[in-house]
Amino acid sequence: MLELLAQAPSDTFFTHSPEWGWLIVFYFFLGGLAGGSAFLAGMLDLFGVAADRSMARVGYFIALVAIAISGPLLIIDLNRPERFWHMLIQSETGGLMVKWYSPISIGIWIVSLFALFVFLASLGALAELGKIPEASAALARGWLGKVIAAVCLILGLMLAGYTGGVLAATNRPLWADSPWIGLLFLLSGVSAGAAAMLIFGWGRTNAGSVAWIDRMDIWTILLELLVLIVIAATLGSLLGPLWGGVWGIVLVVGVVVIGALIPLLFYWRPRLVGRWSIPTAAALVLIGSFLLRAVIVLSSERI
Amino acid sequence: MAQQSATPAATTAAPPSATPAGGTPVPLASIPPASAYAPPGAFPPEPLGFYTDTSVCIGCKACEVACKNWNGLSSRNGGVNTLSGDSYDNTRRLDGQHWRHVKFIEQFSEDRTNGRWLMMSDVCKHCVQAGCLEVCPTGAIMRTEYDTVVIQADVCNGCRDCIGACPFGVIDINPVNNTAMKCTLCYDRLHRGMEPACAQACPTASIQFGPIAELKQRAQARLEQLKSQPRPESRPEPRLYGADESFLGGLNAFYLLDDEPEVYGLPNHPALPSQHLPANVGLAAVGAVGVGLLGLLGLRKRRMDEFAAEARAEQISDRGATDPGMTLGSDEEAPHA
Ligand code: SF4
Repeated sequence: MLELLAQAPSDTFFTHSPEWGWLIVFYFFLGGLAGGSAFLAGMLDLFGVAADRSMARVGYFIALVAIAISGPLLIIDLNRPERFWHMLIQSETGGLMVKWYSPISIGIWIVSLFALFVFLASLGALAELGKIPEASAALARGWLGKVIAAVCLILGLMLAGYTGGVLAATNRPLWADSPWIGLLFLLSGVSAGAAAMLIFGWGRTNAGSVAWIDRMDIWTILLELLVLIVIAATLGSLLGPLWGGVWGIVLVVGVVVIGALIPLLFYWRPRLVGRWSIPTAAALVLIGSFLLRAVIVLSSERI
Repeated sequence: MAQQSATPAATTAAPPSATPAGGTPVPLASIPPASAYAPPGAFPPEPLGFYTDTSVCIGCKACEVACKNWNGLSSRNGGVNTLSGDSYDNTRRLDGQHWRHVKFIEQFSEDRTNGRWLMMSDVCKHCVQAGCLEVCPTGAIMRTEYDTVVIQADVCNGCRDCIGACPFGVIDINPVNNTAMKCTLCYDRLHRGMEPACAQACPTASIQFGPIAELKQRAQARLEQLKSQPRPESRPEPRLYGADESFLGGLNAFYLLDDEPEVYGLPNHPALPSQHLPANVGLAAVGAVGVGLLGLLGLRKRRMDEFAAEARAEQISDRGATDPGMTLGSDEEAPHA
């Protein structure tokens, strides 16, 4: 084992794996999706037209459900889940626990504030739909609605991207070796958010909103592919140990072909497989986005 | 004992100076020094650490045993009772229940008639700039008055970020209490004026404990002694690892090595986790702005297309109004061409 280490392609190979497994992969996927959909919903609310509001509502609901599932995943993954609050409140002093140079610490605050604001945005949306008392509709209107939308937009982008920072602030292979992971996760999060909004908003919301979300998904998929190529091209001698085996196959087949190229084809030729082309493409994008997190997290974990 | 040169603080810890009564502001100079808070008999607060001279390690593992003994760590090896097949090393690595680990490196020719053993007792480096401490989101990892790095087991919630952040692969989860654990440089013993258990047990003074400044002098002298001895040309020069500030601000547990660091499983340029952040965050921030702009452009284009469509529709309906029989107007009539 020591002989192997002596030829390690990077100093990151001397470290131990934190054993972040499938729970964290799910969390990264759902967190990215939540952030992406809140960002897109905020964009539609702030810069779109009145007819976009129905798609924006879909975005907030998706973000709320996704963060409600992914937050607990983070807690379950702790070795001492009953102490999760130690990340928010200093257990010894009762003061707030904030460490601006620790991405997990910042991330916990992003997740908490994000959950609060998408909850408020969703309350406003539910009131508009008449599902809860009218009074809450104020959360979706006027300056208050704009402020909530703007916070959701900004926190959404931060939520989609910070997980890359969590991985970068280690000394692990790939995560610490490539500076592109944060950007990759951000793009993939927005793309997954767009795909989820297409699945739930397609046929039920304004055609103009669907077209814009569809466009955004195409752009983010293209950029994501570009970033993936840059990562692969700059990994050098790390490429073999990381992606030489099964994770390389998952990356090429699952992420690139199934999760990006086929959806791009369907978006480009929306009648290719009948009227279901768009939702099919969106579902494939979600699969690709999940597999991307699996490849990035688990290919490093096994070293 | 040669390797214990730090002296207990009973005599050196100054008592708090008298503070003026009656609510007068306390001048800074009169605030008691940190040593005043140390328990009686503790070492005075100054950087303490280990200097490990690998050239005299004999691989007896007394340090491993003493460490487990003093710290109450399980010796069941996590239930693993198979041999590793990796030389005489069966504890395999540092982790939550192995806070000292003796590495065995065999450098032999094919037929094993020629060669040498390298042995090294590995431990937490108590980095002056510690990656584990930097990333810990609960504040469980703290720096002590001895400039050592200690994990508070009652605060740690097992997020495991420190495991991947340590550049040396030191920390892991202890399966007994399910929190991240590692060497404390026997913080409890230091508070009683006792040297760490491993250093006390080491029979060859390979592990030496004391004030860092003094250890560095000792290490330098030993390095010069080794360099002055004849050695085969092909053999790399001995060197100190972590004794200067070339990485992580220096290591409070530093080494004298008889070969390249990688041979001992040590990284050549260990980095602080935060060193990787600026590029990562910068690229993500540029991406965030870019995606936002793309969205705005998309919405703008959509509005333009709608205006154009409306204009076309108006044009058609205008023509329809002038000549109800016509569905398409002539060019001269186009008002917004
Ligand atoms: S060697 Fe690792 S565990 Fe020890 S202080 Fe440095 S970063 Fe922390």
